[in-house]
Amino acid sequence: MSAEPAEGTKVPKICIRNLKVFFGNVQSLNNITLDIMRQEILSIIGPAGSGKTTFLRTLNRLNDLSPSFRSEGQVLLDGEDIYHPSYDPVALRKRVSMVFALPVALPMSIYDNVVYGPTLSGAPKKAKLDELVEKSLKAAFLWDEVKDRLKTSALRLSGGQQQRLCLARVLALEPEVILLDEPCSGLDPISTAKIEEALVALKQDYTIVLVTNNSKQAARISDRVAFFLMGELVECGSAIQIFTVPKDTRTADFVTGRFG
Amino acid sequence: MSQKSETVVYYVLQFIALSAMGSLLLIALFILKEGFPFILEEGPSKFLFSSTWEPAKEHFGIFPMLVGSVWVTFGALVVGGPLGVAGAIYLVEFTPKGLMRIIKPVIELLAGIPSVVYGFMGVAVLAPLIRTYIGGPGLSVLAASLILGIMILPTVMSISMDALNSVPPSYKEGSLALGATRWQTQYMVVLKAAKSGILASIILGMGRAIGETMAVIMVAGNAVKIPNSVLDSVRTLTANIALEMGYATGRHRQALFATGVVLFLVIMMLNSFAMWSLKERRKK
Repeated sequence: MSAEPAEGTKVPKICIRNLKVFFGNVQSLNNITLDIMRQEILSIIGPAGSGKTTFLRTLNRLNDLSPSFRSEGQVLLDGEDIYHPSYDPVALRKRVSMVFALPVALPMSIYDNVVYGPTLSGAPKKAKLDELVEKSLKAAFLWDEVKDRLKTSALRLSGGQQQRLCLARVLALEPEVILLDEPCSGLDPISTAKIEEALVALKQDYTIVLVTNNSKQAARISDRVAFFLMGELVECGSAIQIFTVPKDTRTADFVTGRFG
Repeated sequence: MSQKSETVVYYVLQFIALSAMGSLLLIALFILKEGFPFILEEGPSKFLFSSTWEPAKEHFGIFPMLVGSVWVTFGALVVGGPLGVAGAIYLVEFTPKGLMRIIKPVIELLAGIPSVVYGFMGVAVLAPLIRTYIGGPGLSVLAASLILGIMILPTVMSISMDALNSVPPSYKEGSLALGATRWQTQYMVVLKAAKSGILASIILGMGRAIGETMAVIMVAGNAVKIPNSVLDSVRTLTANIALEMGYATGRHRQALFATGVVLFLVIMMLNSFAMWSLKERRKK
């Protein structure tokens, strides 16, 4: 925030230019232009149906899975357009990884869940994998709870633990950008606090984009906040500015709880 | 008055529902009553593992037929299992919805073709092809396996498809979001999650293959001997009963019922195992 180095000196990681997204004839996003910086947590807030999740899924091309999806404009990752026909979405998803709203532990052991991503492209050495598992689980604040039962099924973990496992799984890929889609929506306050703690620590090494329905959470951990409404980006600014002196009356209405 | 008719309807429906169970029970009892004493009298090991079947000389060993059933069933699984599972994966994951609307009913139609028609195709087309291009008499383990493999396809495919469809889409997304390709996702996550359902489909297909009679009689050749290769003629347990029941009397007739007991037990075991593994899946 204000103590951070001035915004001007930061290099943008992702530049979104005039992005429009359609599903069939329905337009979900209209003319979004936004820069996402390195080493920042950008929170996206807005009422249900405002296009937050669609926006997030556009950043790693997960929307490609629905046949009616169509986009216009550009999404540049380190200056390269990820929607260029020659761009490989599978490689993209290794650099820009996602944690979903509901914890999705894959039906395998805790250990296998974490190494799933890294082993997809060839099998690294066992010792290296062990190290990776420990490092990722520690970074997600889960290691101490599971270190004695790495080989048991991940489906037996609690919801909060599963969500941290999902985070660890993404970290094991060593991505550059982490997308989180309401990662704490189904979690208790203690699990939520642990995830938030992990995210703030991770900011040093990653670019983090967080969709959240919890304005307090956005205020607690983000550097900047973007407010979406009905498929449009209404306002983007530092967390303090958005929550104390919003420029747009619609933002003011939302953050003060008058609607949404 | 209305209270009374309610009660009547209740009991009538209950009777009808229970009669299905009752007929299963009666069939089981009847076969056991006719066949089981014979097995005890002959000695279970002699009956199961002696390889001479000469009813005229009072030799009743069903081992060649047991081996025959195992060969043919195993062959049917080798043909129909991978084909059915791969087909199901293709249909569930890679087929556009429009094409799916055509392909699925066609597969279900496959189940409705009478088995004698399959047998007919085997005799008229498949057996001559095998005789000409591969060798042997044509009517063989290979022919029976191929025909049965096709016959179990609808069973294997439709149950596998249900299993694949019931894998939560979130697993797929989760895997793709970690940079997996579609095939890696299929292979490492979806198949793993649908494992028990797919296993059940194969076991039910196996039950169908063991129990099939008409098509097998027509294409397997029915010689009572242990086959040395897939090109040899073979007789299955079901064929043995169907071929000889018409003229069997006395101990011969009892021996055929005893063959039925063995068949009955094998199929019951397979079905129970399939049901158990389907239940395992639901628990997860």
